Amino acid sequence: MSRAEESPMGNGTLIRIRGLVVRIGDRVIASVPELDVGSGECVAIVGESGSGKTTTLLAALGLVGDVSDLGVRGVDISGEITVCGVDVVAAGPGELRGIRGSRAALVMQSPQAALNPTMRLGTLMRRALARHGVKGAAARSRAEEAVKAVLLDPEIMRRYPHQVSGGQAQRFAIALALALGAEIVLADEPTSALDVTVQAEVVAVLRRLRDERGLAVLLVSHDLALVSTIADRVLVMRDGAVVESGPAAELFDRPRDAYTRELVAAVPALPSREEER
Amino acid sequence: MSVLSADAVTLAYGAAPVVHEVSLAVDEGGVGLIGESGSGKTTLARALLGLLRPRSGTIRYGSRDLAALDRSGRAEFRRAVQPVFQAEALDPRMTAAASIGEALTTHHRMSRAGRRARVAELLDGVGLDPALAARRPHQMSGGQRQRVAIARALAVEPRLLVLDEPTSALDVTVQARILDLLEGLAGGRGLGYLLITHNLGVVGRLCRTSHVLFAGRVVESGPTRDLLVHPAHPYTLALRDAVPRLGGEPPRASGRTEAAPAATGCPFRLRCPLAVDRCRDEAPEAREVTGRRVACHRAEDVLERALDASRWRGGTGHPAHHIQKGH
Amino acid sequence: MTAPVVPDAAGAATPALRRTPLRWLVGVDRLAVAGAALLALIVLAALLAPWIAPHPEDGGSATHPLEALLPPSAEHWFGTDQVGRDVLSRVLYGARTSLLIAVAVLAISGGVGVVLGVVAGYAGGWVRDVIMRVTDVFLAFPALLLSLALAVVLQPSVTTVIVAIAVTWWPWYARLTASVAASVATRAFVDSARCLGVPAPLIVFRHVLPNSLTPVLVQLSLDGGGVILTAAALSYLGLGAHEPTSEWGLMVQQGQSLFTTNWWVVTFPGLAILITAFAFNVLGEGLRARLTR
Repeated sequence: MSRAEESPMGNGTLIRIRGLVVRIGDRVIASVPELDVGSGECVAIVGESGSGKTTTLLAALGLVGDVSDLGVRGVDISGEITVCGVDVVAAGPGELRGIRGSRAALVMQSPQAALNPTMRLGTLMRRALARHGVKGAAARSRAEEAVKAVLLDPEIMRRYPHQVSGGQAQRFAIALALALGAEIVLADEPTSALDVTVQAEVVAVLRRLRDERGLAVLLVSHDLALVSTIADRVLVMRDGAVVESGPAAELFDRPRDAYTRELVAAVPALPSREEER
Repeated sequence: MSVLSADAVTLAYGAAPVVHEVSLAVDEGGVGLIGESGSGKTTLARALLGLLRPRSGTIRYGSRDLAALDRSGRAEFRRAVQPVFQAEALDPRMTAAASIGEALTTHHRMSRAGRRARVAELLDGVGLDPALAARRPHQMSGGQRQRVAIARALAVEPRLLVLDEPTSALDVTVQARILDLLEGLAGGRGLGYLLITHNLGVVGRLCRTSHVLFAGRVVESGPTRDLLVHPAHPYTLALRDAVPRLGGEPPRASGRTEAAPAATGCPFRLRCPLAVDRCRDEAPEAREVTGRRVACHRAEDVLERALDASRWRGGTGHPAHHIQKGH
Repeated sequence: MTAPVVPDAAGAATPALRRTPLRWLVGVDRLAVAGAALLALIVLAALLAPWIAPHPEDGGSATHPLEALLPPSAEHWFGTDQVGRDVLSRVLYGARTSLLIAVAVLAISGGVGVVLGVVAGYAGGWVRDVIMRVTDVFLAFPALLLSLALAVVLQPSVTTVIVAIAVTWWPWYARLTASVAASVATRAFVDSARCLGVPAPLIVFRHVLPNSLTPVLVQLSLDGGGVILTAAALSYLGLGAHEPTSEWGLMVQQGQSLFTTNWWVVTFPGLAILITAFAFNVLGEGLRARLTR
């Protein structure tokens, strides 16, 4: 299922960012010197609100400073962003729309808000597939396969968005991305509105898709513990700048930056048996 | 005697009860109430705050039935028990000073100057710059808002706080600071609190005793440490294993969280990896198992599993240990 | 949900904003500013009518047969009517009547509706049921029909118009406020006030009411135009203002038969109605866009 070999950039790099700087007026709200996400890899951006992590994620999809799409003025974006072989900074809206929602999918904090409340999930899925030219039996089997891949019962397609739980909606959003052929999922705090048990399910699904299908994940979260359970590489951001980055295990074991250490210390510790004695 | 207690309390909005015969008591020190959304924990909090009347059972303030309090008793209860909610506890149109001032003047007369001084003192007490007094909620960060809400609750010098997911809407670093604050406040003033959350990691720090709520029933209660280290109910185990920890071991997904609680037998059985025929036929009664009360037919087997798992988890290679002990 | 664009920047603590009325208005979109400016102009015209009107209003007492039905000229910009009164001056004075009616109706129906609505919304239960059944009764009649009936029973006058319209309009505000207040009442800060032991009336008027007002204010400004149109309609039907009062609806009624020969008599008061109603609507829409995001 991995389509890495199709990637025009070779070696399966799906997102490549170099020297990205996003400014509003004179203020730098996100500055990322280097970020790569390859297929089958999960890269996480960690930081608190205001750190620029969400801005970076949206910039990768061409959703920042894109006047034609969202009408935000005064946002200045410079640097190099390549997503699935498309130069995001230079691309026109049409070209961007071609990647968004098909090869690169955005998963938000509350997917229910993004799902049309008047449509059954199945209808939503069918329409989305039809827009990409997949219809009839092919669409049905593709939808069913995607829904099963996120460990949902295909019966869920008969329900409306308000009839499913937050965790189910989140997994359906991922299924939708899969059905449309996403190679990379950009997830913005996908579990922070969920209970820990439900969060565990969403994480399990993402891990599975990464391992089995080579799905790439760019995850934005404030929760270092959560990130440590899925990310291969981590960028820690604060006040718009990257303060530390590196392989996840190394970063958690030997955090160099004071802020990273604070993040590590903020993880609620569960007592283990050794401590009990 | 406990400051606040529930005795076999059943709560309902419509016909179907949301909380079934729950008993618990809160006095000095912290008590945890843990459950997922939909478990009835917020409904129970509202009842304990006197915002919702029980369908049956009694909520007691000291030795007195909350429903039977007279006017002065009720005013006393209002001063003694204060909530801290997840979000939106401050009127969006009021400044921090006005919100805290309202708490100060509801029960006592106070001069304008006295009020201003006390507001500054309270803000300082929760680690905020008194200059923040002039701000409205939308001009503050989430952590600042929550601190102001805590200052407002403390303004009436309560004996007990009911904390309903006080940190769930916050970033982890801010969450940690708010928990530090609460811990310090409770220790310093001999304040009691009931901490309601879905995250077992949070109660671990702050509560000596905890109750686990599933589908409106307390399925396990006992010392928090025991619940965390070796749970005796499969649901407690699932909650514990779902908490993400530093160091790679992924949070464990537990069965199908979307499965509705079973109507007959044990409500948890449809999600339970250990369910047997008996769980389908017979609803488990709460019983004593090694120092805690648990409503599960297979508590002993769960304990065994949990012990195994924690031995395995608590192994030496746990990076979180190095880090935490490092400073 | 986070805002779609750069929520990180937006989520950061914002410095205390100075909220001067002027700045606030500039922040409002241009539509609202245009509506407010237009309305301000109309209010100004109404207030200053005695000084800026080129000719006396003249009531109905004086006739100037020689000057009747003169077309617009440098002397009479809007021409004169069938008894020789200056139409421009009457339109200016008419603004006083129309605005008086609009303000009075909105104040009465808005006041009654909001108070009953907020009580119904916060209290719920039987209180809400009783208040809502009463509004149902009023809403069962078409507004204009009820106004007509009332205006027939009472003496035709400006006061009658005000009472008649207010009686038919308050239930809308009551319903709107009740539904908003009911949802505000479930918010945590209301529970928080209850837990402090703040008495119910104080909770209603200190917390619930101010937080329920936004949609009502928008509706009120949108309805200003409607009131002016309804008042004009009632006067047009002879049930409201009558001679010698200058009132736009009345002027339209008196001038309509002359439209083909002396178009100015009916056109200028008609335009005044149109522009004023339009100004209210634009202001309302602008406020809606600004306040209810």
